[in-house]
Amino acid sequence: MKKILTHRLMLPIAALVALIVINTIARPSFVSVTVKGDQLYGPLIDILRNSAPLMLVSLGMMIVISTRGIDLSVGAIMAVSGAVALTIIDGSPTPNDLGTVLGAIGIAVLIGMLLGAWNGFLVAVVGVQPIIATLVLMLAGRGVALLITGGFITTINSAPYKFMAQGYVIGLPFAFFVSVAAVALVALIERRTALGVLTEAVGINPEASRLAGVRSRGIIWGAYAASGVLAGFAGILYSSNTMAADSNAAGLYIELYAILAVVLGGTSLMGGKFTVAGTVIGVFTIETLRSTILFLGVPSAVAPLFLAVAVVIVVLIQSPRLRSLVTRTAQGARPNTSEVAR
Amino acid sequence: MSTAKEARAIVEMRGITIEFPGVKALDGVDLTLRGGEVHTLMGENGAGKSTLIKALTGVYAIDGGSIIVEGTPREFRGTADAQLAGISTVYQEVNLCTNLSVGENVMLGHEVRGPLGINWAATHREAARHLENLGVRLDTRSMLSAHSIAVQQLVAISRAMVTDSRVLVLDEPTSSLDRGEVDQLFGVIRGLRDRGVAILFVTHFLDQVYEISDRLTVLRNGTLVGEYPVEDLPRGQLISKMIGRELDELDAISQSAARAIDRTSDPVIRATGVGRRGVLHPADVEVYDGEVVGLAGLLGSGRTELVRLLYGADRADAGRVEVRGRTARITNPRHAIDRRIAFSSEDRRAEGLVGDLTVAENIVLGIQAKRGALRKVRKSEQDTIVEEYIQALGVRPANPNALVRNLSGGNQQKVLLARWLATAPQLIILDEPTRGIDVGAKADIQRKVAELSEQGLAVVFISSELEEVIRIAQRIVVMRDRRKIGELTSHDIGVDDLVAFIADEQPQPDSPESAA
Repeated sequence: MKKILTHRLMLPIAALVALIVINTIARPSFVSVTVKGDQLYGPLIDILRNSAPLMLVSLGMMIVISTRGIDLSVGAIMAVSGAVALTIIDGSPTPNDLGTVLGAIGIAVLIGMLLGAWNGFLVAVVGVQPIIATLVLMLAGRGVALLITGGFITTINSAPYKFMAQGYVIGLPFAFFVSVAAVALVALIERRTALGVLTEAVGINPEASRLAGVRSRGIIWGAYAASGVLAGFAGILYSSNTMAADSNAAGLYIELYAILAVVLGGTSLMGGKFTVAGTVIGVFTIETLRSTILFLGVPSAVAPLFLAVAVVIVVLIQSPRLRSLVTRTAQGARPNTSEVAR
Repeated sequence: MSTAKEARAIVEMRGITIEFPGVKALDGVDLTLRGGEVHTLMGENGAGKSTLIKALTGVYAIDGGSIIVEGTPREFRGTADAQLAGISTVYQEVNLCTNLSVGENVMLGHEVRGPLGINWAATHREAARHLENLGVRLDTRSMLSAHSIAVQQLVAISRAMVTDSRVLVLDEPTSSLDRGEVDQLFGVIRGLRDRGVAILFVTHFLDQVYEISDRLTVLRNGTLVGEYPVEDLPRGQLISKMIGRELDELDAISQSAARAIDRTSDPVIRATGVGRRGVLHPADVEVYDGEVVGLAGLLGSGRTELVRLLYGADRADAGRVEVRGRTARITNPRHAIDRRIAFSSEDRRAEGLVGDLTVAENIVLGIQAKRGALRKVRKSEQDTIVEEYIQALGVRPANPNALVRNLSGGNQQKVLLARWLATAPQLIILDEPTRGIDVGAKADIQRKVAELSEQGLAVVFISSELEEVIRIAQRIVVMRDRRKIGELTSHDIGVDDLVAFIADEQPQPDSPESAA
C-alpha cells in the first residue's frame, strides 16, 4: 500500500521538483531566503504566502470533485465573502478592533458556507448537474458582491484585517499558517473519520453507496458547504492582501486554477479517490509556475498561454495512456485501446 | 445446409501461450472452430476463457503458439486485424452506442455513401436487410436505448454480420436475458450456424450449453483439459472436468433445505399487500427465522421489484410491512438497514460494489455506513473483520488491498456477501447472487447460504436457475407479470413442475407472453 501511495504521488512531486530546479538554474536567487528584521523574504516564501487562497479553494474543490461534482462558484464566493467582511468593517466605528474583525470574518465565512450549501442543495436534493448548479452562482455571485458594496470598491484601514494576508508569525507569513491549518484540518476530518472513504464511495458509485446505506445526499451537501467555507476564507485572504473588496477581480479564474491543481495532484475528474498531499503539491506546482512566469517577464497578456503549455506538459507526463504507450513495447501482453475503454 | 456439417476447420489455435507479469494465463492451449458448429468454451472463472477469447479477437498478443485462419497463419496486432480476418465478437455488456439509432449502430463504419456523403435512406434499408437475415424486424430509426438488452444483443450480432464474419464469438451473451429472449437468440445462432458460420460461445448456464452446443472445449487453470463432442460429456463429468474434483457437496445443501422451519413465532418480516403502481401488484411475503424463501419467475416478472420495495430501494405506495410483529416504515435503504435487513443487488457492479475501492474498504462499507462517518471503523477492527470474511467465504485473491474491480465475478459476489454479513443482519435478500459466476464459487455461495440459514438467518433468494432455487429454499414464491401467483414448498417438486407453474397453471407450450 505504501508503495502504491508513493507511486501515485511520484509524478506530481517530480514535476514540482523539476520546476524548482529549472527556476534555480535560471536564477540562483530563487532559493535564497533573506532575513530582514525577524521576517523571512524570498521567492519561495512568496510562493508560500501567495498560494494560500488557492490552497483553500483547491482543498474544497478536491472534496467536491471526489463526489463526482465540480464547483465553479468558488471565485464568486470569494468575492461575496470579501465584500461582506469589508462592508462590515467599513461600517463599524472600530475597524481596528480585533473583535470587529473576527466578527466580520465569521459572518463572511458563514455566508460562504450558506452559498456552498445552496450549491449542495441544488446538486444533492434537486438533482441539478453540478456544473450547471454552480454556474448559476458563478454568474450571480459577483453581482451579489457588487450589490453588497453598492457598486464601489470598498477600501478599509484595519490593522488586524491586514494581518491576515500580510502579517508575519515567527518569521513566516501568517497566510501560510492559515493554509497549513486548512490542510491539516481537511486531512484530519477526511482521514481520521470515515468521511473521506464514504465520499470516495459516493463519487465512485453513488447507487451502490446508497444501497449500502451511505447517506450520500448528506455527504454531497456537506462537500459543497465545505467548499463554500474554504472559498469564503480564501476571499478574506484575498481582500486582506489588497485591503479592498474588488468584486470583479477577487478570485477571478481561481476555479480553473483550483481544478488544475486538484487534477495535477492525481484526483480524477470522474470522482473517487483523492489525496490531500497530491492537491497540496498541485497547488505549489501552479503557484511556482506563476512565479516563474512573473520572473521571466512574460507579458501579462501572454502569461495564460505560457501557463497552459506548462500544464499540458505536466498532464501529458502523468497521462496513463501515454505511459502505457511508452511501456507497451517492453511488455508481452498489451491491452489495446478498446479494452481500456470498456 | 448439410455440407456445413462437414466440419471444416476455420480457425485453428495451436499451443497458445500468454504470459502476464508473473502468471502464465494460458499454457499451450488448442482450440479448433469449425464452420457450421457451435463450440462452447467451458471453465471456471480464471481458467483462461476470457484470455483465450482475447487472443482470438486480437485484444492480447500471444507469446507462443499460432493462430491459423482458413489455412493462413495470422498474427493479430489489434482487434481490427482479427475483424479483417473475419472474426467478430459480441460481448456480455453490449458495446454499442445506445444514443444512436438501431440502423446507425448496425451500419456504423459501413454506411452506404452517395455523392452527397452518407445516404441515410439506403443505410437504413441495408441495416433492415441485415436484421431481417437474422429474422429480426425492427424500426431501424428507433433509438437503440429504447430496446431491451436482448434486442441490443441481436443488433450487435447483425453488426458483426455486416462484415461477413466467418467466426462469431459470443462472450456470455445470455447472462441478462430471460427465457424467451434466450430462445430468440438461440434461433438466430442456429440460423447462422446453418449458414456455415463458426460460433464460439461462452456461458455459465449449463442448460444452455447442452441446448445449443455441438462441441465443448474445457479449460482449467490456463491449460486445456480437452475437446469433446457434446453428447460424449454428460453434465456431471463436465463439472468434474471444470473444477477438477467431484461434486457431491450440492447434496448436502438440499439436505439442509429439508429442515423443518418453526413458524409459530412472529416472522422476521411480514409484508402484506406491498406494491407500487406500474411496478408490482400488491403481494404478500413472510420469511421466518432460519428460513430460505426462494423467488422464482422470469426476468421482469417482479422478483427484483418486490425485494427492492421490501428493502426500500424503491418506495412502495401500497401495503404494510411488519418486522418481528412490529409495523415498520421502510422507505429508504437506511430504514431497512436499521432493522438489520440486508440486500445484495442483482447488478453487483452497478449497484453493489464500489469498484475503485479495495476489498477491505468494500467489506467494511456496510458497517461504516451504519455507524455514520464520524465513528470510523478502526484499522485493527477492520483487519479482523476483513480477515475473518476473506477466510470464511474463500475470497481470492485473499488480499484485502486488491481493488474490487479487478476480482472475478464470483469473488466480487463474495465480497458483497461479506459486506452484508459483517453488519450482522437478521434477514438477507440475495438477488441473483450466483449469476455469471463459476461453478466452484456458486457452490461456495450456496453452501454459505445454507449454513447461515441453519444458524437462524432468514434469507430471500432469487435466482434464474430454478434448480438452485429448489435446492436451497424451503418455500418458493412464484412471480409472473409483476404479480405473485403462488407459493410452493420445495420438497417433492422438480424443475419441470416449477416451470409449468411459472408458465401457467394450465400448462401451455412455450410461454408466448414472455416479451415485455
